[in-house]
Amino acid sequence: MSAQMLRVTEIEALSPLVKRFRFEHPRGEKLPLFSGGAHVVVEMSDGDALRRNAYSLISDPQDGSGYEIAVRREDGGRGGSRFMHACVRQGDMLRISTPLNLFSLDMRARKHVLIAGGIGITPIIAQMQQLLRMQGRFEIHYAARSRREAAGLRLLPSLPHIHAHISDEGKRMDLGAILDRQPIGTHVYTCGPEGLITAVAQCAERLGWPCGSLHSEVFLAPPPGRAFEVTLAKTGQRVSVSPHQSLLEALEEAQVDMDWSCRGGACGRCETEVVSCHGRIEHNDHWLSEDERSSQTKIMPCVSRFRGKELILNR
Amino acid sequence: MTIQFNDETFRDDYSYHNSAEAIRRFPFPFDKDDYMYAVNMEPHAGGREGSPFENRFDVDEHYVAEMRDREITLNEDPLRCQSLPHMELAGWDLLELIMVSKSEDYPELFSLHRDGDRWHWINRPLGIDHKFTFLDPTTLPYGPMEYITRQAQGDFAVLDQREGNLWMEAGMVTSQADWSLDFDIGMNFFEWHAPVPKAHEMGIFQRALKFLLAIQQDSPSRRLNWTMTVNPRLDTSPENYHKWGPEKRTLTPENVGEKQYLRVELQTFFRLPRSNGLAFPIRCYLISLQDLVTVPKWGRRLHRVIRDLPDELADYKGFAVNRQLIIDYLAQFDDGKPTSPGIFPDE
Repeated sequence: MSAQMLRVTEIEALSPLVKRFRFEHPRGEKLPLFSGGAHVVVEMSDGDALRRNAYSLISDPQDGSGYEIAVRREDGGRGGSRFMHACVRQGDMLRISTPLNLFSLDMRARKHVLIAGGIGITPIIAQMQQLLRMQGRFEIHYAARSRREAAGLRLLPSLPHIHAHISDEGKRMDLGAILDRQPIGTHVYTCGPEGLITAVAQCAERLGWPCGSLHSEVFLAPPPGRAFEVTLAKTGQRVSVSPHQSLLEALEEAQVDMDWSCRGGACGRCETEVVSCHGRIEHNDHWLSEDERSSQTKIMPCVSRFRGKELILNR
Repeated sequence: MTIQFNDETFRDDYSYHNSAEAIRRFPFPFDKDDYMYAVNMEPHAGGREGSPFENRFDVDEHYVAEMRDREITLNEDPLRCQSLPHMELAGWDLLELIMVSKSEDYPELFSLHRDGDRWHWINRPLGIDHKFTFLDPTTLPYGPMEYITRQAQGDFAVLDQREGNLWMEAGMVTSQADWSLDFDIGMNFFEWHAPVPKAHEMGIFQRALKFLLAIQQDSPSRRLNWTMTVNPRLDTSPENYHKWGPEKRTLTPENVGEKQYLRVELQTFFRLPRSNGLAFPIRCYLISLQDLVTVPKWGRRLHRVIRDLPDELADYKGFAVNRQLIIDYLAQFDDGKPTSPGIFPDE
């Protein structure tokens, strides 16, 4: 995947847990434009570990002067967001991939309803910029527990079609009320916790929405788990995956040439064929079909793990 | 670089011709002595100097004549250019891609000056000097896709990406190998490939789609495809089959070298930044068999490829009726010697 070294030019705390980072080209060159919903992968050299996390772009897609992301510190995570919060300083150079969009607007929609929970607001901010520019019809519904946690509010303009639903203030988001009154031809985009995405899907189904009008994105951080070992069929090499490492990271460390782009179980690029499996693959991805999962013939190394006696990969 | 543009036609008297240089740089599509479908994609990141792979959009001696031919076709049938309403932004993306690429790759032919959204485009071969406002369609005589593809060789399909599929929802198609934009518009990747024999069973399309969905902004890809056409006609559309179909029956052993053309498509794929669409330019190159065999390696190899091709493919590519004539003609140029790997002529 192609990437370039960019300079960190601004860091701003948006809330106690969320920081905004701005990256610019060191010689002031224009960066490639992108479409609302796109993400970049940020590489972090954290001691011996090379971490790569995907973050949605929150800056204006039409503005090539810099890229901005918002990072929520996950204290229980594997360390990428903690590294961004604790170690990255203004002036640092980081390797940033070219933007890639797995969550683009459906331009056929007559109206766009954008629903975000928590840090899920990030891709929706750039989608909003695109819709404002194109004079598209839209509503944003942003749910957070408290105003203090609603870091995205600082990034949203004050417009009548932007609605904050703060549960501490007794204003929980009522999905039924939001979805029930939309005109035919509306598309809905959800980004946030798995539970929110499921709730939107169920509510839309109950109201008879066509499934082609529903869009969602969730990037999974590779979940930690037990250590396991895999065997590579082509070389016979055995690779150990430690509890806080993903299989993809372990394969990269073992110099296996891997293709990837989102590193969050969504894009399908790292799909790997399983030659033999004695045990159970813990499929954590959003890419493989139910049939593919149960057949245990494929694995997405960026987020999925293994428990059992032997797993042989076609690598 | 200066290009001498040919004064030539692709219909009626068929005065189309390749210069000696155009023959040498022809994108011969066979890298070995047999052919079967393959996804055969490679990065479109430059190529041998002087070859059609060198620049993002190849401009050659046929440029001006091809644009004149496109205009004739569009006058007869405006439905060759269509864009569904949601594809307008992708059209601007395509306009920018072509204008930036051409002005950078051929500065003596094309210039682009940008001051914010105020753009100034100069196309010297076609005598165009135009100031317009980017993203404001009222400042162009046509929609953005039509405006720029009236100035760019080859066909253009502009694909929307959604639901894990690609949808052909805009295009400029006047030099096609027997397919129709008007018929295919709105179809997804599997629907518009439905008529292709064998490739489905081989899983080719599943793999190709997955590859295309993952194409990234700064990593365009390309592949070659081919077929055969009698006479150097760009517009071999189903709509005009009554014009070119009967010409297949005019081949004789005496005229096959002159009238039978190998038709090669250089297909490229570019991710469009603002719309996340995929641009699919399909540039058509034509070479008569008698010109092609002046490169000995190509004469030998084409003979072997056509001779050994499965019948379904000759049928699908529409030359089954003339296959034996073509084989007999090419056999004269195949001395049985081995051929070198790759597509380029031996020096």
